[in-house]
Amino acid sequence: MKNDTPSPLNNLKLIGGLLVLVVGMFGFGFALVPLYDVFCEITGFGGRTNTETVAVEEAPDLNREIRVEFVTTLNSYAQFEFAADVPSMVVNPGKMYYATFTAKNLTGGTTIAQAVPSVAPTAAASHFIKIECFCFENQEFLVDEQRPLPLQFYVDPELPEYVDTITLQYTFFDNVRAANNVR
Amino acid sequence: MSTIAAEVNDHAHDDHGPAKGIKRWLFATNHKDIGTMYLIFSFAMFLVGGLMALVIRTELFQPGLQFVHPEFFNQMTTMHALIMVFGAVMPAFVGLANWMIPMMVGAPDMALPRMNNWSFWILPVAFGILISTLWMDGGAPASGWTMYPPLVLQTGDAFPFLIFSVHLMGISSIMGAINIIVTIMNMRAPSMSLLRMPIFVWTWLITAYLLIAVMPVLAGAVTMLLTDQFFGTSFFLAAGGGDPVMFQHIFWFFGHPEVYIMILPAFGVVSEIIPTFARKPLFGRDSMIYAASCIAFLSFIVWAHHMFTVGMPLSGQLFFMFATMLIAVPTGVKVFNWVATMWKGAMTFETPMLFALAFVFLFTIGGFSGLMLAITPADIQYHDSYFVVAHFHYVLVPGSVFAIMAGVYYWLPKWTGYMYNESLGKLHFWLSTIFVNLTFFPMHFLGLAGMPRRIPDYSTQFADFNMIASVGAFGFGLSQLILIYVLLTAKKGVPATDAVWDNPEGLEWTVPSPAPFHTFDTPPEVLPPLKQEQHA
Repeated sequence: MKNDTPSPLNNLKLIGGLLVLVVGMFGFGFALVPLYDVFCEITGFGGRTNTETVAVEEAPDLNREIRVEFVTTLNSYAQFEFAADVPSMVVNPGKMYYATFTAKNLTGGTTIAQAVPSVAPTAAASHFIKIECFCFENQEFLVDEQRPLPLQFYVDPELPEYVDTITLQYTFFDNVRAANNVR
Repeated sequence: MSTIAAEVNDHAHDDHGPAKGIKRWLFATNHKDIGTMYLIFSFAMFLVGGLMALVIRTELFQPGLQFVHPEFFNQMTTMHALIMVFGAVMPAFVGLANWMIPMMVGAPDMALPRMNNWSFWILPVAFGILISTLWMDGGAPASGWTMYPPLVLQTGDAFPFLIFSVHLMGISSIMGAINIIVTIMNMRAPSMSLLRMPIFVWTWLITAYLLIAVMPVLAGAVTMLLTDQFFGTSFFLAAGGGDPVMFQHIFWFFGHPEVYIMILPAFGVVSEIIPTFARKPLFGRDSMIYAASCIAFLSFIVWAHHMFTVGMPLSGQLFFMFATMLIAVPTGVKVFNWVATMWKGAMTFETPMLFALAFVFLFTIGGFSGLMLAITPADIQYHDSYFVVAHFHYVLVPGSVFAIMAGVYYWLPKWTGYMYNESLGKLHFWLSTIFVNLTFFPMHFLGLAGMPRRIPDYSTQFADFNMIASVGAFGFGLSQLILIYVLLTAKKGVPATDAVWDNPEGLEWTVPSPAPFHTFDTPPEVLPPLKQEQHA
């Protein structure tokens, strides 16, 4: 079955196979990126929420009250005043609500910002539905501009029983300064 | 062994033979020379990484900030880990593999000797680059060896050098792994079937496949960090739609098999040593091989137990918890097999056996604390505490490092041709064992009491145990000077016999001591009987 002397051909075949494995696993590392994305979409993992406009379908559940807390943070590149106009709201699942955030540009120039949402706990992420959100689009700011940023949302009545508080967190990023590495 | 054939071969190699100064090492293709270089390099890195550990323990001797800046402290923890993992433990096992695998399978050399030269000489370059970052603007990497973004992206000028050196280490490991697989698969003595291979060769075959499967994933992850920082991608940047948590998944998909890369060859070394000094066949030889394969498979499906506190669905927590606990089964098989091998054996306690025994005992302690960390609700409490530090140092220092030392003492007479100083070896063992426990055992208590890791200062309630750990660390570090002395005087003892020990198992003991430059130019036709065959 085996020769007394190692055959160069056998070696090349085996090395070739192993190299294919190496390249394949390098590619697999990158393939994890879209796979992870799909995984998050399905499970709401990582506080991932919806990014598209959807209509309210469920009837409101007036017997249940959920506390929705708003948290805002600035990325280290962003120079803004950014806060929710009210720190929290008590809502009924299935009913539409409006909330407003306010941002002021402190960079001294025009810039483009993007807010990225995250919902905790993870189990609530796929049940927190945003109808309209300033986070869906880039927000352009003129010099020293201050303006309200609207959010329209409802909480899906399918929200697991044990969840009584949902925290919606926005991080504000400055796309221009981040791209140019200006802090 | 036909000495005539060896001489003829030496003559044929005269043009680039073994005795011509620096070129012997720069252009080395001989597996024994390369193995020696790997071992010396890894020992040098062990000392460098050890000095960094002593900087850490000096600062932690007392609460408060005394000696170094917090930034430099973080650089020390990061560099200590990178150097010990990639520079000390992994190259040491590759060195043992280079020296022993060809002799154990009856091959004249590694299958790809020139690639072997490359895979070694890349390493000093990689670590030269990594260590040079200490003098760069912004200092060395300080984000921990796990390189989590966005923190790692705040590294100063050192950042691209960190990524490049990790790439080089990966390339070196992959080339080494390919070489080992091809040697084992294609160059075994014709009469050696797969199941008859020595256990050390088996564990290295499995380890090499693990390396090939996961080192490219690490290379991909750090490449993504590099493009995120310099080329405008957003793999891990939330602003661009990326997710920093994804890095942790990719990293630990590499990182968990990596810890088995560092322990499986240690299992192999210990499985060679215990039967020799217990004078009995290895109990459950085939089950050892299956257990190692089983551990290797499980290592791919448990990575997220490093990330319980990051948050994941309940079903994910349960899956990763139970999958992790499952690893205790094949590991338990191995530990009980070692114990059963010793049962009613005619045991003697030479230095290699002492280290192997300490390995079995202390690695098991590390295994148990690992089992505790696998429990999701408990892990949320223990995460990033000194309990974790105690756990992985127990499996790595009295685990992997003790196995490497056991292997060095076991095979040293075969390499040099002389017996090392047994009394000093035993002294080295006892001091190392006492001090390693003095260093790491109190860390369990510190962690359970709530002391976080990677912190240069701590609450005064932790002062006593930290002082004990620091004393232990300096004791352990100084004990290694004995090893240096033993190695420097390794050729001063009495000449070793070919078998060296009392009836050890394997082809490497059939060649003369010291092993000649070329061994097994023609494959051996008859294999020496395994111990179980001798008893039959």
